[in-house]
Amino acid sequence: MKDDRPTIPGEVDRVDKPEPGLTPDPAPSYREGDVIHTAPEFVIADLDVLAAERGDVVEGSSLWRDAWRRLLKNKLAVFGMIVVTLVAIASIVGPAIIKRTTGYAPDTIPSDAKLIKSYPPFRAPDGSFSWLHPLGTDNQGRDMLARVLQGGQISLMVGIIATIVSLLIGVAYGAVAGYLGGRIDNLMMRFVDILYSLPYIILVIVLLAMFRRNTPMGQLVLLFVALGSVSWLTMARIVRGQVLSLKNQEFVLAARATGVSTLRIIFRHIVPNTLGPVIVYATLTIPTIMLTEAFLSFLGFGVQPPLASWGTLATDGIQNIGIFPWQMVFPGLTMALTLFSLNFLGDGLRDALDPQMRKL
Amino acid sequence: MCKTNGKLLEVKDLRTYFNTEDGEVKAVDGISFQLKRGETLGIVGESGSGKSVTNLSIIRLIPSPPGRIVSGQVLFDGFDILAMKEDDVRKIRGRRIAMIFQDPMTSLNPFMKISRQLMEITQLHLGHTKRQAYNHAIRMLETVGIPDARARVDSYPHQFSGGMRQRVMIAMALSCEPELLIADEPTTALDVTIQAQILELIKTLKRATGASVILITHDLGVVAGMTDHLIVMYAGKVFEQAPTAELFALPGNPYTKGLLRSVPDPTAEQGELYQIPGLPPDVAHLPPGCPFAPRCQKAEEICQREFPPFVQLTSEHFSLCHFANEVYEESKAEAQP
Repeated sequence: MKDDRPTIPGEVDRVDKPEPGLTPDPAPSYREGDVIHTAPEFVIADLDVLAAERGDVVEGSSLWRDAWRRLLKNKLAVFGMIVVTLVAIASIVGPAIIKRTTGYAPDTIPSDAKLIKSYPPFRAPDGSFSWLHPLGTDNQGRDMLARVLQGGQISLMVGIIATIVSLLIGVAYGAVAGYLGGRIDNLMMRFVDILYSLPYIILVIVLLAMFRRNTPMGQLVLLFVALGSVSWLTMARIVRGQVLSLKNQEFVLAARATGVSTLRIIFRHIVPNTLGPVIVYATLTIPTIMLTEAFLSFLGFGVQPPLASWGTLATDGIQNIGIFPWQMVFPGLTMALTLFSLNFLGDGLRDALDPQMRKL
Repeated sequence: MCKTNGKLLEVKDLRTYFNTEDGEVKAVDGISFQLKRGETLGIVGESGSGKSVTNLSIIRLIPSPPGRIVSGQVLFDGFDILAMKEDDVRKIRGRRIAMIFQDPMTSLNPFMKISRQLMEITQLHLGHTKRQAYNHAIRMLETVGIPDARARVDSYPHQFSGGMRQRVMIAMALSCEPELLIADEPTTALDVTIQAQILELIKTLKRATGASVILITHDLGVVAGMTDHLIVMYAGKVFEQAPTAELFALPGNPYTKGLLRSVPDPTAEQGELYQIPGLPPDVAHLPPGCPFAPRCQKAEEICQREFPPFVQLTSEHFSLCHFANEVYEESKAEAQP
């Protein structure tokens, strides 16, 4: 707590008799027209106090930096963070690198008829050890590693974009409901309750089936929207609860007393204060959505070929699990590892951002 | 200016009620006062006497529901704030009427840098560009005596001590050179040495900018040296109203006398500190008579039965009491020797 530092000796009395020579001119650093405030004399008196205290500048440590420090102390969270980052980087650049070194793109089907067959990990067509396909191939001879990494792209993208969609809707909705309160709040939150009571998986399936797109990309966008639009409910509730307690704090009253408009108060003053729980919940939403996506893909409603996600890869693999277990195991393991890591990271963030642990 | 006769603020018969489960609470019930340009008005009273509600009503910041301004006029520079459109009131808030709140620990946004909080006001009201606003923010911090303002302006509130935060609040409030500054118990949350500094700062800045000030406090020591006029509030009503010196010297109301007696006197011998017996009344269930009667030593049968009159003692001295004149004469007699 730096709060107990002795404060500035505010001897404003000196105004009446400033000591000559000790008082530098406070104004020169301002351009003409910059300052509307007419310079009161007493500024001068305080400037020599200034000089005395110079060199004792408290280095800024924001709340975020404190949280970051706490996060780094959490080993599991750091592990999660590293794994997620590695998976993300590998998914983004991996397929391209594999293509360059081995000539296999994720969707390359070898033309050699002999090769069109599922090979186990590290095995060449003649059965000898080979680095060509570290994770083996699928039924059509496509490289599993490239496919898993490309699937990661899609899975992570679905998780992140759908979470952003739910974030945008949920935060705005919850903040407005919480701040306005009263009848509007009641109405808005009862609507959320109604949506809650619908079985959301069925809702998503209906949405996906109803607005079915013909292109795989179109179907993917629809998937973002469908998943995002059902997962904002909890976010809205969390934000509303936060806003309810924040809106009665004095800084909100102070902002109102300085003439700030309602929308600005909600989104510039209150919402940033809810970010802690929102970030935590968003981090935990990503794996949930990825899991849902896998489930939907499993049912055939998710990502459409030629795009592949971890969910579709696992679905393809499960048909041959008895003979070619690697087709199912590797996408499954990668996904499990990523989900684990994201959950660790989310837990770590919760501990780091928890207001009770925050030492103000 | 001519039309308002130098009066900056005139509050007429202001009534603010709150609907609670306990029934209707008349937090402010028929308050009237005036404030001239450059003057300082002190509002004194116990907790729950309606001081803060009065001032929140002036700039229409009463939480509604449950609060509701039932009647009255708040003439600011001749215009009735209570009749204005919300947008117009917002242009006055922070620009012409600014407020300082009680707890500097909670009245700054913990997630915004000091600079951004200070810049917001001038960007909003004075149309400053970012650069101008930033320089102005530094300037204001220097004005309120924050050392090394240029380096500290980008700090977060938690990096400042309580006294410094209150200075920042004052800097914020004075950024647009408001004509009226409402300070709602500005020193209650600070320790005594800082209190004096903050009061001195308000006083100096008031002198420099010519602003009128309304100072709300429950501390008579605070208002004594700061104010021109005093209003003593009790149970949502004005109990006594007088120039500060007169009120301290010749109180015309038993409640004021009680308050004055309860101020601790450091020079006095060891002994028991006087306190007004009883507790402030439950404003939701006021008796028909004088709200102070149950605690008043002078109370007689009429006090329980009838609401007291607002007696004029001198041209500027009023007291809400059945026995105002007697109490006033008594004070005079006590003051003689």
